[in-house]
Amino acid sequence: MTDIATYNFAYLDEQTKRMIRRAILKGIAIPGYQVPFASREMPMPYGWGTGGVQVTASIIGPDDVLKVIDQGADDTTNAVSIRAFFKKVANVAVTTDTATATIIQTRHRIPEHPLTAGQVLVFQVPIPEPLRFLEPRETETRKMHALEEYGLMHVKLYEDIAKHGRIATTYAYPVKVEGRYVMDPSPTPKFDNPKMHRSPALQLFGAGREKRIYAVPPFTDVVSLDFEDHPFEVQTFDQPCALCAAENVYLDEVILDDHGGHMFVCSDTDHCEKRRADGHRGHLAPDTHPASENMEPAQ
Amino acid sequence: MTDEPLLRVSALSKFYGSRVGCDNVSFDLWPGEVLAVVGESGSGKTTLLNCLSTRLLPSSGTASYRMRDGQFRELYRMSEAERRFLMRTDWGFVHQNPADGLRMTVSAGANVGERLMAVGDRHYGKIRATAVDWLSRVEIEEDRIDDEPRAFSGGMRQRLQIARNLVTGPRLVFMDEPTGGLDVSVQARLLDLLRGLVTDLGLAAIVVTHDLAVARLLSQRMMVMKDGRVVESGLTDRVLDDPRAPYTQLLVSSILQV
Repeated sequence: MTDIATYNFAYLDEQTKRMIRRAILKGIAIPGYQVPFASREMPMPYGWGTGGVQVTASIIGPDDVLKVIDQGADDTTNAVSIRAFFKKVANVAVTTDTATATIIQTRHRIPEHPLTAGQVLVFQVPIPEPLRFLEPRETETRKMHALEEYGLMHVKLYEDIAKHGRIATTYAYPVKVEGRYVMDPSPTPKFDNPKMHRSPALQLFGAGREKRIYAVPPFTDVVSLDFEDHPFEVQTFDQPCALCAAENVYLDEVILDDHGGHMFVCSDTDHCEKRRADGHRGHLAPDTHPASENMEPAQ
Repeated sequence: MTDEPLLRVSALSKFYGSRVGCDNVSFDLWPGEVLAVVGESGSGKTTLLNCLSTRLLPSSGTASYRMRDGQFRELYRMSEAERRFLMRTDWGFVHQNPADGLRMTVSAGANVGERLMAVGDRHYGKIRATAVDWLSRVEIEEDRIDDEPRAFSGGMRQRLQIARNLVTGPRLVFMDEPTGGLDVSVQARLLDLLRGLVTDLGLAAIVVTHDLAVARLLSQRMMVMKDGRVVESGLTDRVLDDPRAPYTQLLVSSILQV
């Protein structure tokens, strides 16, 4: 039963892949527009990346090199499972190296290493509709997109400033794509929003439960919404990564003990490992070679 | 004042299957004029209002509106995008139940500011200053600006709804029983406020009400409807003091005298 012949290549049948590819092409043709598609049942629960997996399955070929990250990490359950899944059903090469991957499926981060032309970033999206929490009716939100009525999106940002004195939205920060559609960039931290702007990589978004696919083609304008007197800004961190001393990267807080001990480390594990291999050391990094450190992923 | 009407309605009818919603209604509305539509429940006045505000499409008839550029546009031939744009800029719609016209889960300030943001205002400070100004004009204290309308009384909600509609400086406001469900002292203050705003801003308004006292206070002209048809129309004082149609006479004599 471990035979690859048990499955069609990349798990989905060819008709389904064809249908999803058509949705992807339409999404690319209309940047930021949510294309409905007939989402399939996948061998994983909704919320675990069924949309992203279907998109990846539809575009992956035997020569592709796949990287999967979950909150920036290559070594968490979701990332490891999806990577193992495609290794099994498509027999493709997998990697944790951002630069050599041709397809990167991601849950809620964009890698720190700049993406290049020819790479495809596949986002897993829980709720594709940026207006959903303000307007519950799908018929109405579709009309609002069609007529470009986006005042409501700013109502949300207004509420943030009124309540917190600043735009407190830190993830799933709404963007306008190519001056037309307002889009939810999936729950990536807003730190990653500027990376989407005119990115040379193709960015695809799949929402399995909500049955929507959307896309940002390479070199497309992606502008975060804001107010003139409260401009968009990304998170800043007042200390570098505790392991690799990287600055201007997105950091995760890691609790070390139950006495309040904690450290901030790169959320992008691949980036952090590469820097340590290059000899960068943070203030909590062990002096030994990082490969022998037990915090490293067991690959 | 210009000598052209703001809204021209001609032979407007709306049928629900074989039932009559409103039948063959024609009138002109002039800038700055308040027209009351009165009648008992089921007389078709809300149907008429919904047709005029393009929330419903009529079965037949036309209505044309003089846009800000002075050109008349046929309402039912405009695209949906144009109608919705008109609805949030040049028009207002005050619902009987404020919950229908407000976003109950966002703050009062955002409720007032939404229309400004919808027409492209992107300066938080200015939006907020405008919201503060409008809240004070409808007698809501400034320190309530960040409260949700859920925390407001019925009268405050209605005043907030009015502020939300008037913030873009509309020229025509539709009101469906604006004082319905409010107690008499609150009604009186709301009417006073509405009358002041309408006069100050030179608004034209079409007010649907079954309350003849509201019509008397707010409107200059009045249409009486019965079974979907207009049975009498004229200056408000004339209609109320000297009703001619039998139904109007019945309506006027039905007012409780206290």
